[in-house]
Amino acid sequence: MPGRWAPIGLLALQGDYAAHARALAERGAATREVRTSSDLAGLAGLVLPGGESTTMLTLMEGSDLGARLVAEIKGGLPVLATCAGVILLAREVRLPPQRSLGVLDAVVERNAYGRQLDSAVVSLTVRDRDGLGTDALEGVFIRAPRVTAVGTSVEVLATRGDDPVLLRQGAILAATFHPELTAGSPVVDLFARLVRAAG
Amino acid sequence: MEFQSEQFRVKVGLAEMLKGGVIMDVTDAAQAKIAEDAGAAAVMALERVPADIRAEGGVARMAAIGKIEEIMKLVSIPVMAKCRIGHMAEARVLEALGVDFIDESEVLTPADEENHVWKRDFKVPFVCGCRNLGEALRRIGEGAAMIRTKGEAGSGNIVEAVRHLRAVRREMRRLGTLDAAELVPASKELQAPLELVEYVAREGKLPVPNFAAGGVATPADAALCMMLGAESVFVGSGIFKSEDPSRRAAAIVKAVTHWQDPAVVLEASRGLEGAMAGLDIAKLTPEEMLSRRGW
Repeated sequence: MPGRWAPIGLLALQGDYAAHARALAERGAATREVRTSSDLAGLAGLVLPGGESTTMLTLMEGSDLGARLVAEIKGGLPVLATCAGVILLAREVRLPPQRSLGVLDAVVERNAYGRQLDSAVVSLTVRDRDGLGTDALEGVFIRAPRVTAVGTSVEVLATRGDDPVLLRQGAILAATFHPELTAGSPVVDLFARLVRAAG
Repeated sequence: MEFQSEQFRVKVGLAEMLKGGVIMDVTDAAQAKIAEDAGAAAVMALERVPADIRAEGGVARMAAIGKIEEIMKLVSIPVMAKCRIGHMAEARVLEALGVDFIDESEVLTPADEENHVWKRDFKVPFVCGCRNLGEALRRIGEGAAMIRTKGEAGSGNIVEAVRHLRAVRREMRRLGTLDAAELVPASKELQAPLELVEYVAREGKLPVPNFAAGGVATPADAALCMMLGAESVFVGSGIFKSEDPSRRAAAIVKAVTHWQDPAVVLEASRGLEGAMAGLDIAKLTPEEMLSRRGW
């Protein structure tokens, strides 16, 4: 059983896992970079960072890492997925269609807000004020995916216009933006609380 | 400095997303697809790979628009394109086209021998090359959201990349040993803005991601760059001038992710065919050294 001081794993195949490590260190959490399935033992939580989902999927091929990630997540390990991480977890990925781990009951379109010139810092609408402890939430969107449908087990915690951008399904927290790039983000705070509660 | 501006955060944000990945030079859509399938985190569209620019000579310019568009249409990963140093009009054209990153690159023939593009006014992020810390900080001062230490592009020889990675790292460590008053002459010596010199002294790193480029031909070359503190690797001629582009590209991607595990780099290297032919840097004249361009 992961102890109270067990590290949070950062999927470190590619992407901004160092930014996540910094954000979690500021909250007193230890982290461990995960590149193979043997790095998964004894984790208190797991971060699937931003980056390129196609690169991460290619790097998972031919190893048991993907299957072991699914097993850990289904077993209730708290997860924070951001941007590409959400694409990895989604039930279905479009534009273009691509394979995924399929543990988050949501449909996602890649790069749906456009290219880098359409990347932006956006003020979000908080739907779950109690969970996040605030009304004010900033979203840093970088070539972000769009969630177009969610299942009944998924709670929408925040939106950008009508689009769900922060989802919770059990112990999975999924953001199409990058809370790790906002100093003191309430989303990272919430994830840290989920990890502590599970430990 | 505008470090906290939303525009700069969004520019550096994309550079953050490219960390731990490989950015591959491609000259057409077919190569871009090979790169994407091999796990490239982004592709760099250019007219000719550096080895051909070196061999054929002539003026090297921004790639043909049709080629860049074809690449942007085909792949879902970020597409970068190169403009000539100081060529703000090429840069504006690439921005209008909607590329995800512009590389103001010494690999192309410079358009201005004194000034680089003033990059803060652009919405699209820029990456620029450097040979030392002063050059890196001048480019960041102009608005670059990513720095790549220059190697000798198109040479297949890693020695210049190593030299410049080590130079930047050594200079950053030295700043960490200086007190506040000593940073003022250090700023003068580096010919870099004091504010950025102070940032590096305090944080021990550049305020933007630092990638390596130039001369990477093998998985071990890429792993070496990571060992020396690069956060990601650009590969130019090394892939499409080799005998097995697709496998070599995938092997270099694997080596960058698993650089700390020699067994994986070994496995990635096993069975690769011939790497690109290399050049002896010592035999190049200063005029033939692309990395000396930029100031």
